[in-house]
Amino acid sequence: MGKEMDVRFKKFGPISFTATTKVNDFVDYLEKGKVAGTRCKKCGKKYFPPRADCSNCLGSDMEWFEIDGTGKLISYSTLHYAPSGFEQDLPYTIALLDFGEYKVFGRVSKDIKEDELKIGMEMKVKAVKLPNGQLSYEFVKP
Amino acid sequence: MREKVAIVGVGQSAFVRNYPGSIKELAFEAFREALQDAGLSAKDIDASIICSAPEYDKQRSPAGVIAEYLGLTPKPTFYLESICSSSSMGVRVAYSLIESGLHKIVAVIGFQKMSEISSAESQERMGRGADIQWESPFGTMMPAYYAMYAKAYMEKYGLTLDDLALVRVKSATYGQLNDRAVYRKPVTLEMFKDPENLMSRPVATPLRVGDCCANADGSSCVILAKREEAKAITDKPVWILGLGAASEPVNLTGRDLFTGLSVAIRAAEEAYKMAGVGPKDIKVAEVHDCFTIAELMAYENLGFCKPGEAKELIRNKETYKEGRIPVNVDGGLLSKGHPIGATGGSQIRTIVLQLRGEAGPMQVPGEPDIGLVHNIGGVGLYGNVTILGR
Repeated sequence: MGKEMDVRFKKFGPISFTATTKVNDFVDYLEKGKVAGTRCKKCGKKYFPPRADCSNCLGSDMEWFEIDGTGKLISYSTLHYAPSGFEQDLPYTIALLDFGEYKVFGRVSKDIKEDELKIGMEMKVKAVKLPNGQLSYEFVKP
Repeated sequence: MREKVAIVGVGQSAFVRNYPGSIKELAFEAFREALQDAGLSAKDIDASIICSAPEYDKQRSPAGVIAEYLGLTPKPTFYLESICSSSSMGVRVAYSLIESGLHKIVAVIGFQKMSEISSAESQERMGRGADIQWESPFGTMMPAYYAMYAKAYMEKYGLTLDDLALVRVKSATYGQLNDRAVYRKPVTLEMFKDPENLMSRPVATPLRVGDCCANADGSSCVILAKREEAKAITDKPVWILGLGAASEPVNLTGRDLFTGLSVAIRAAEEAYKMAGVGPKDIKVAEVHDCFTIAELMAYENLGFCKPGEAKELIRNKETYKEGRIPVNVDGGLLSKGHPIGATGGSQIRTIVLQLRGEAGPMQVPGEPDIGLVHNIGGVGLYGNVTILGR
């Protein structure tokens, strides 16, 4: 028998469709309350979502960095229909934040009403543990 | 010489909600019409390209069974997909097969039987239409992505919900004239304001049910031929003057433009350059209006107006049949329907009929000589622009 498959990525998000990836450590950072991306040690390019390989210089020597500070809200939408498995979460808001060197896609915290959102506003990314035990992150006010 | 490859035959099935037959039978309907249009028989076809979005198919490798049913064996056949732009990409590849000298006559057959799988299965697949590792876990779907573009666009350019609705009103105007359209009823602005009306129901803010295209089952077929063969086959060849294609990161984190589709801008530039024409030369266009916002962004990305001016075009009815640049006068994806793999071929068919003067009640006046097709895969993931002329 070989080594057991590392399937930590199953824990990411309300529903994960991916079991394993070379950036499984992302889930460990979430567990510690941190949202992290990767940075190429060779050329310095920052990636979010994190990547194991750098398409800029073809290097695979990456280090983790923590997402901190605030990003600008590029756009958002509140869903009133959902794909299978997400119906109980409705309505929920997806959004994209711009941190300059990288962007982060995710959901807006349920604590924020849609009419409180404004394109261009500053938001923070926060790691969260979901009621079903899954690990995720959401966008909150700074 | 730009007249190298021509379209000599086009066909399309009716676009319907639930096609009462198999995918082979569905593909046959468009193929037969295209063959009859060209005056050819199946044995004249040197190669076939079969296009669909595979997540809706139960059949593995549909090209084989379809080529067999259509009598296209033993000639080469293969499957090609770029989601919603599959059959435009098929036409691009057919052009290169002919221009390279490998084949003289190639058929591009697009089909989609979206009712092949249950609506629960379809919902589940829709959720995986994004980057499944980093986006789908949040519960995303196609309308929500286009909704984010709509939100960003409205904020930047002052576009209103009524402007979006006007696009649907236009498409419904022409859907009523198209006997192949799945949605043939009129749509009014008032329906979008009536909370009891389905059209006004929110899907993903700011998009409502009425802003979203109709799913459908359907097929399309485009037959292309080399210059000499085309001239022998028909006295009304429609030439492929320009082809453009591009791609963008799936994940929105990899993108920079949210008030337009970069793939459309790039593909249009390439197609205009190859054709040696500009936006002002286009007399009739088919654009990928999977959502109302998508049509408005297309006006700008194709150069029919400047960024931010799309609302003036729709408000002033400049994209109606009698307007400056008629767009989607066959009902578009919104009313004609969007059977994913068949859509590009159907758009091309519409422009071919327009250039031949055979579009019936949908015919644009003034004998259009140059037309354009804008066909997008996913949320601006793949983009194809095709320029046709007679």
